[in-house]
Amino acid sequence: MATITTISQSVGANRIVPTVAIPYPVGNPGLEAEKEDRLRTDLVDRVMKALTTKVEEPTLF
Amino acid sequence: MSKNILYYVNQFFGQIGGEDKADIEPLYKEEKIGPAMAFDQTIGDEGEVIGTLICGDNYFNEHLEETLKFIKETLDRVKPDIIVAGPAFNAGRYGMACANLAKFVEENYDIPVVTSMFEENPGLEIAKKAAYVIPAGHSAASMRKTIKPMSELVKKILNGEEIKPKTDGYFAQGKRLTVLVEKRGSLRAIDMLMKRLNDEEFETELPMPVFDKVEPAEPIKDISKATIALVTSGGIVPEGNPDRIQSASAQKWGKYDISSIDELKGEYCTIHGGYDPVYANEFPDRVAPLDKLKELEKENKIGKVYDYFYTTTGTGTSVGNAMKFGKEIGKELKEAGVDGVILTST
Repeated sequence: MATITTISQSVGANRIVPTVAIPYPVGNPGLEAEKEDRLRTDLVDRVMKALTTKVEEPTLF
Repeated sequence: MSKNILYYVNQFFGQIGGEDKADIEPLYKEEKIGPAMAFDQTIGDEGEVIGTLICGDNYFNEHLEETLKFIKETLDRVKPDIIVAGPAFNAGRYGMACANLAKFVEENYDIPVVTSMFEENPGLEIAKKAAYVIPAGHSAASMRKTIKPMSELVKKILNGEEIKPKTDGYFAQGKRLTVLVEKRGSLRAIDMLMKRLNDEEFETELPMPVFDKVEPAEPIKDISKATIALVTSGGIVPEGNPDRIQSASAQKWGKYDISSIDELKGEYCTIHGGYDPVYANEFPDRVAPLDKLKELEKENKIGKVYDYFYTTTGTGTSVGNAMKFGKEIGKELKEAGVDGVILTST
């Protein structure tokens, strides 16, 4: 889970979930609590998808 | 005046024997042996190979201290003006031997070392920082082609001429040298930008390092039974930072038992010096989403959140240290039977 995904790709991370911002990758303090919670659930769900998907090279989810 | 060249080769090129002789101790002969002979002919009158240092590849790597001691004694006795080693082609142990020789000489003497190896030789990483390394082919078939640029480079060094990686064909050493140029940095940067915008060719002054490719892990077949670990480079630590993990240029990582908590909030904070900590201190799960993983565990969507959370600071941390941390943490997680890892980065 990273915001600067080009770095993730350059170091050979194969399953990459793009995140929100450097100081709060898995969150967004600018949103109302409920909306932020939904966003965070969505990001972690994407991780679950990434972990269960076959990849051949660095892939964004 | 002709300068003295000391030549280093392994047991094979030193004509002692093959793999069965790879454990021979270092020895010095006042002769030009194997590549040393070919090199001596190419260099002409400007230098002379005064002797060949030979060591078995296994011995060098397994008895580093003894080998370096022998090398030291030899250097102190024969006092060469320059050392030439290899070419090691793609022979890993030979490449490592040339690299360790170069590193030792660089650290202890003011004698230049020229060597040569294939770009994927594992010795290159160390060698190119301590020596001038000319690219070699994969195998000894390219011996002749390699000896020539090595001797050209040696001639220039012996004559005290200025050398550069690009013009003299050796691997860049990653050293920053002070040079005087006409235009200041901002003007050069704008020139580069304009060229780029005009689709013209331009050359960066700071090439990015090339990174490895990693073989992708197989996907997790049944995530509802999987153990998932959480790792971060976002500097999230227990309040008070008990292990004193550095805020930048980390020298270590920490692991903390999170088996009995449902979120990091309230007990953890960030000590990362590279981003505004306000939002992470308010709610550290924004950096490492433990709360969401625990929810998935309760809903039986994942088998389990691994009991320990691993953390370090990514900012300014050397690639070398980062690789070391990664290997150490990876080893622990593997031994613990963890199926998947979430690594979050700030």
